[in-house]
Amino acid sequence: MSLADDRSLALAGTRDEDEIRRARAARIERLAKWALPVVIMGLAILGWAWIVTANEIPHYILPGPDRVWDSLVNDWGMLIEAAYLTGWITLAALVMAVVGGAGLAILFNQSKMLELSFYPYAVILQVTPVVSIAPLIFIYVDSKIAGMLLCAWLVAFFPVLSSTTLGLNSVDHNLRDLFRIYGATRWQRLRYLQLPSALPYFLGGLKIAGGLSLIGAVVAELVAGTGGIGSGLAFRIQEAGYRLNIARMFAALALVAAMGVFIFAALSVLSHLLLRKWHESALRKEG
Amino acid sequence: MAVRHHDILPLGQRPPLLRLNHVDKVFNGDVIALRDMNLQVNQGDFISLLGPSGCGKSTALRIISDLMHPTRGKVEWEGGQGQGDLGVVFQEPTLMPWATVAQNVWLPFRLQGKSYGEVKDDVLEVLRLVGLEKFLNAYPRELSGGMKMRVSIARAIVTNPRLILMDEPFAALDEITRHKLNNDLLTLRSKIGCTVIFVTHSVFESVFLSDRIVVMAARPGRVLSEVTVDAPYPRDEAFRTSAEYAGHARRASEALREAMGEHA
Ligand SMILES: Nc1ncnc2c1ncn2[C@@H]1O[C@H](COP(=O)(O)OP(=O)(O)O)[C@@H](O)[C@H]1O
Ligand SMILES: [Mg+2]
Repeated sequence: MSLADDRSLALAGTRDEDEIRRARAARIERLAKWALPVVIMGLAILGWAWIVTANEIPHYILPGPDRVWDSLVNDWGMLIEAAYLTGWITLAALVMAVVGGAGLAILFNQSKMLELSFYPYAVILQVTPVVSIAPLIFIYVDSKIAGMLLCAWLVAFFPVLSSTTLGLNSVDHNLRDLFRIYGATRWQRLRYLQLPSALPYFLGGLKIAGGLSLIGAVVAELVAGTGGIGSGLAFRIQEAGYRLNIARMFAALALVAAMGVFIFAALSVLSHLLLRKWHESALRKEG
Repeated sequence: MAVRHHDILPLGQRPPLLRLNHVDKVFNGDVIALRDMNLQVNQGDFISLLGPSGCGKSTALRIISDLMHPTRGKVEWEGGQGQGDLGVVFQEPTLMPWATVAQNVWLPFRLQGKSYGEVKDDVLEVLRLVGLEKFLNAYPRELSGGMKMRVSIARAIVTNPRLILMDEPFAALDEITRHKLNNDLLTLRSKIGCTVIFVTHSVFESVFLSDRIVVMAARPGRVLSEVTVDAPYPRDEAFRTSAEYAGHARRASEALREAMGEHA
């Protein structure tokens, strides 16, 4: 500003009450966003410990947090191996869900006839609970790994398919006209227009698929049991339950939850990185 | 210098560019969007299609740009039509939000299979022409409405099209920005000598910009009359307040009032 009169000079750098109040509220909220959940967690653990000691609950019914912690430390080797297997199945299923879901969406988008023929079956696969299909899968699929992957894939691919399909069809109609006027080929339209338009939708589907592939992997483990391929976290939970090792059940459960949180966080970060330059969802809200 | 300059000859001496011959367009069997539209567009013309909403202005542009076929009649290009002969600007800037300004302007070339390196100079030149050379790497959301529209215009002229279609491009902007863009559009035209068909429902905009105003009426959509604005270019702010301008505006308003008929 070139308004260098006295009044402007006096105003430069001042913030009024409203702004100060808003800034303070924003600062507190930023802090509370992390601090409050941590405090709640701490209180819950303390409460849990207190209930267990005060009521003298035997550890084979409800272990205290200290025993769960001990189990986490003592069984770490076994648990981390189990987490590795479950994580591997989950990740592989997610990758396959992305390839399969996005691939099918693109195929359907290119051929209306294919879409009309097969989309209903994709829906049927999705609405049938995986727990009820899993036993059948393990009858016909010999390899445990392949069966588990198939289970996890079945639950995870649909959100990718449906959200990518929606995205490919949500192209701005003026941009579509523009591409037609400039004589774009089908391939150019897909590559330069439809795929970028579909990206935010695809990433939304991916976040859901990430959670679902973990669920699929856990369900598959419970149905498959173990057999030469080592044991995943879900199997460890079940096994510890048979042995009344409740502390280990909690420890393994904590790891499953941590994995779910990690997947969600990783996919959120990925989504943010890909969209932050241009998409509305990545903009910091003002005011 | 790939963006060519064409000389604009006086009205009446311009070679023909494109003809609409008895074009009819019917939707759903009963909406007559266009009835027997005849229009000869000459090289260097700045034509405004002026008329109330629903009179078939957008339909006419869609037919010219081959986005839809006429029910009857045809569009004939002098010497046939090639890729890149047409530039379009819609009411919305219609930019790809995931692409930078430069990438957006590159698009028409990219769809012709040309790499950015090949056409970089053209992209820079048109961005300079619309005053956005500093915003090469900005994303559309970082730009104001008027700046986005400038990018859209740069994209429309980058291939050196023989004809530019603009469908109410400034209707959504505030009046100050609109005036500025109108001035700049005329400056641009005097620099590159492009041929423009400009759709508007503003009498003042059409008088300021064009040398031919085609007045259209609705139900059925048709051309009613043509008003010639023979005021010389360049036209500037002084022209906006001149008696000559007022006179042309009065004639155009009268023609439009007639076009509206009892529907007004
Ligand atoms: N795709 C379409 N299907 C049916 N009717 C349409 C379609 N496009 C335009 N129309 C009708 O044709 C008439 C002219 O429309 P349009 O060319 O958009 O008018 P303008 O641009 O002058 O406002 C209107 O009555 C409109 O409702
Ligand atoms: Mg219109």
